[in-house]
Amino acid sequence: MEELKKLICISCPQGCTLEVTVEGKTVLKVDGESCKQGIEYAEQEITDPRRMIASTVQVKNGYHPLVPVYTKMPIPKNTIKNVLKELRKVELTAPVALGTVVIKNVLGTGIDVITSRDMPTRTAEQDHFLK
Amino acid sequence: MLEKYDFIIIGGGVVGSMIARWLSRYEASVLLIEKEADICMGASSANTAIVHAGYDPLPGSLKARMNIVGNPMWDQLSGELSFPFERRGDYVVAVGEEELPGLDTLMEQGKVNGVPGMKMLSKAEVLAREKNINPDVSGALWASTGGICDPFAVTIAAAENAVMNGVKVLLNTSFEDFIMEGTRIVGIKTNRGDFGCRWVINSAGMYSDEIMHKAGIRPEFVIKPRRGEYFVFDRADLTIDNVLFPVPSLKGKGILVTTTLHGNTIIGPNSVFGEEKEDRSTTHEGLEEIWQGAKNLVPCLNQKHIIAMFVGLRPYGNGPCKSPGIDYQHDYIIEIPTEVQGFVNLGGIESPGLTSSPAIAQEVVDLLKDAGEKLKEKKEWDPVRRARPRFRDMSHKERKLLIEKDPRYGRVICRCENVTEGEIAAEIHAPIPATTYDALKRRTWLGTGRCQGGFDMPRVVKIIADELGVSPLEVTKKGQGSNFLLRPTKQVGA
Amino acid sequence: MVLKNIYDVVVIGSGPGGLAAAVAAKKEGAEDVLVIERDMELGGILIQCIHNGFGVEIFKEDLPGPSYAQRFIKEVFSLGVEILLDTMVLDITPQRKIYASNKRLGFVEIEARSIVLAMGCRERSRPQIRIPGTRPVGVYTAGTAQRWVNVEGYMPGNRVVILGSGDIGMIMARRLTFEGAKVERVLEVMPYLTGLTRNYVQCLLDFDIQLQLRHTVKRVLGNNCVEAVEAVQVDEKWNPVPGSEEIIPCDTLLLSVGLIPENELSRKAGVKLDPITSGPYVDDNFQTNVPGIFAAGNVVHVYDLVDWVTEAGFQAGKCAAKYAIVTHRKESNYVPLIAGDNVRYIVPQKLDKRNLEENEIRLQMRVTQPIEQPVWIEVHDKENLVARKAERYVRPGEMVTVVLKQKNYKDVEKAENLTINIAPR
Repeated sequence: MEELKKLICISCPQGCTLEVTVEGKTVLKVDGESCKQGIEYAEQEITDPRRMIASTVQVKNGYHPLVPVYTKMPIPKNTIKNVLKELRKVELTAPVALGTVVIKNVLGTGIDVITSRDMPTRTAEQDHFLK
Repeated sequence: MLEKYDFIIIGGGVVGSMIARWLSRYEASVLLIEKEADICMGASSANTAIVHAGYDPLPGSLKARMNIVGNPMWDQLSGELSFPFERRGDYVVAVGEEELPGLDTLMEQGKVNGVPGMKMLSKAEVLAREKNINPDVSGALWASTGGICDPFAVTIAAAENAVMNGVKVLLNTSFEDFIMEGTRIVGIKTNRGDFGCRWVINSAGMYSDEIMHKAGIRPEFVIKPRRGEYFVFDRADLTIDNVLFPVPSLKGKGILVTTTLHGNTIIGPNSVFGEEKEDRSTTHEGLEEIWQGAKNLVPCLNQKHIIAMFVGLRPYGNGPCKSPGIDYQHDYIIEIPTEVQGFVNLGGIESPGLTSSPAIAQEVVDLLKDAGEKLKEKKEWDPVRRARPRFRDMSHKERKLLIEKDPRYGRVICRCENVTEGEIAAEIHAPIPATTYDALKRRTWLGTGRCQGGFDMPRVVKIIADELGVSPLEVTKKGQGSNFLLRPTKQVGA
Repeated sequence: MVLKNIYDVVVIGSGPGGLAAAVAAKKEGAEDVLVIERDMELGGILIQCIHNGFGVEIFKEDLPGPSYAQRFIKEVFSLGVEILLDTMVLDITPQRKIYASNKRLGFVEIEARSIVLAMGCRERSRPQIRIPGTRPVGVYTAGTAQRWVNVEGYMPGNRVVILGSGDIGMIMARRLTFEGAKVERVLEVMPYLTGLTRNYVQCLLDFDIQLQLRHTVKRVLGNNCVEAVEAVQVDEKWNPVPGSEEIIPCDTLLLSVGLIPENELSRKAGVKLDPITSGPYVDDNFQTNVPGIFAAGNVVHVYDLVDWVTEAGFQAGKCAAKYAIVTHRKESNYVPLIAGDNVRYIVPQKLDKRNLEENEIRLQMRVTQPIEQPVWIEVHDKENLVARKAERYVRPGEMVTVVLKQKNYKDVEKAENLTINIAPR
């Protein structure tokens, strides 16, 4: 049975409202998009909704107690909760560089979680300021 | 063994702190207890900060006498205790011809009370002195002895000077009951144990009725909280140079427009009776009332420039005036009652309580002397308490020198008010330690500016934690139960 | 680090606008560029914006805030921009003198040939939107909570109501949910969302967080800590709809109710502000009304995307550098004149070398002490004698004149300064 679904594209800040005609998990038609990303998004959202996830993990001896991390690619929506749980178990030790893999292939999604900044050690950071 | 004192003062508001400072002059042991995490937490903390000239209280009342005796004491006091005080004078402003007779009444009252330096000003004179005033002003009463102060600074300075001279201050300590021997008070019970004493001084402000009832004194006396709401404005956007009262009505002195010593314009208060002695919540209606009231004096006020709002609670009592022939039921109580021994009883000390506080302290000393108490002056009494450095008020050169001495004064924590780490640390380790965010705020004015702590709060919490050697989780805004932080981010379900 | 007395470009603030300005200034050829940052590290608010969504316009990549910042931080370091961290600027004069202080260098005075103001903005706080009620702990701006949760590592509460559907508010709703808190409600007084629609989808819808439009907080309850808020619907005239009140138990109220450009320093520098934007009036080079003072990013007006802040920073930095270079060129043409032996003063105090190429320059001075015998009036560039003139005597009451001619240009051009001495022959 054909069905009309309204989605809001999150590919860019514009946030186009998409009218997607679907049958089961098959996309038949997309209206309202401003670029081809809209069509890709609709297809993805209907068949396999995914999100980028950004959070933090603990870091020992870091200038801050947490280092921010994110999924390199969007992960399946239904794994978010468990990925967050996994991240709570992680503790890195400073110094940590931007792009360090925190969890490889998180929960078998094929996607790595990586750090989004350098995290110097507490002392190194202070020395850095004193130079 | 019971810890014993000659005097125990209940309540660390401006009156209790002044009494402590006055008693510290004599050879006697003094304990001041305060139920909150800091001194100056009740009526003394939230008011218009005005040292009143004295034309307002009813002639013949104790309020009038304390006001008139208290006002001239402030110059010396501010010199000795190093707190900011400016005798700028104040205006009662009549708007429209119909308000002019009200000024005459006040002038008469002021003359009877003995207020010096009063003068009637014409419309033109008022307009020339305050550019922002309502152009419909019809005249004003000018009183040159009116002043403004910082009530926190005053209370803290007085209490610190008392501590310097041997008074002990216990915070987070609340009175529970008296320990009696027959009709003689010999001590008190508190949440932190019992203390013996020869005298108890009731300066418990809002709770003074409950304390005197525990002693069996004046069962008919009740304190009702009379709420007053206020707005504070960004000083970068509006400056009012003068203290502007409206012509008073039956409800009180009315909604005024004034300035703090930090340059912020303040408007308020209204006057609404509340039931709860701790209810300091602002209301939509109340805020609207003060807004309209203040606009009548200064029409150019702009809502956009409001940076803070607060409520003050006045301890409104029903103490009858003792002067014969005067029917007035809301006077101060300052007495040594005869029903019990060892009790100095104060009650109903609302406005002009701040102005009167040094006079009240002197009155208490006089009453004690009259009661046969041999108060012998200490040789080593030091009336001088020095203020700690305030980066904001310094010249570039002074700042340079200060930072050379202690680099922590070079690190500005509060950007709006230019408060430094050095000042914060100094207050945390002061004679009366400021261990909560609000305690630091009231001493240094950090977080009182236009961003209201948005930037400094996380940094100040860290500094308090570091200085006290505790976890940031233990740092509070204003004492027990007001912790900023609940748990580490990653400890879910802990 | 040793501070120079004068910099070509001083950038105040190291958020996206400031970092871009520093990079652009350096690339435009400004030699000495200094960034002053009040925090302990560069990056400004980007450091706490750990979510994705940055850089889509200028990098064509979807980056988290810290990564976006780090790209510029790296560039700033590799270009040799000087950096003052943990330093608060206290004052700026219209003559571009900057007063700042920190723990290590103390109170410092820095001159700048041009300045880029990049202080960003601050969040509106509770009193500014007049939320009545008690004053307990637990009412924070969304940004303050973000700092605690993402950077300092602490949660302010477990049950949260958010007022305002701005981006930071919605993003914090998701962040707090991620870290185990329950976001009870997002309230928005306007009849529409004030942030980006995509944030509504991925921050609220995805996690079943309820958004109520046309709703606000009527009052805050709780004495020591927040115990609940009373929410209420408002009508078209923003008046509360009686009977629509609802008590929502919570321990935290976050405010995401708008941003205001941070211009207290700008005012001190004499920069005129637009009452609508609350930011400086700027021209298309982002120059303010004060010559040599530029402004970039959220300090000018509040942007919705960081990418546009960066672009504004580039433009302002570039123009600030140009201004500084021109100023510098003018300055380096000048040669100061120093009153040496027995000279009280000289007018002019400095001379423009280029003028000497075409015209002679008359120097007038007075002596300190009379010398009643023949004297030499000598103009020196260090050891090298540039010009001299003989007089029979000099007296303080009588002005002395020396004229530099076009033929002196060669000597003067090389000079850093010129000293005039008067001594007996």
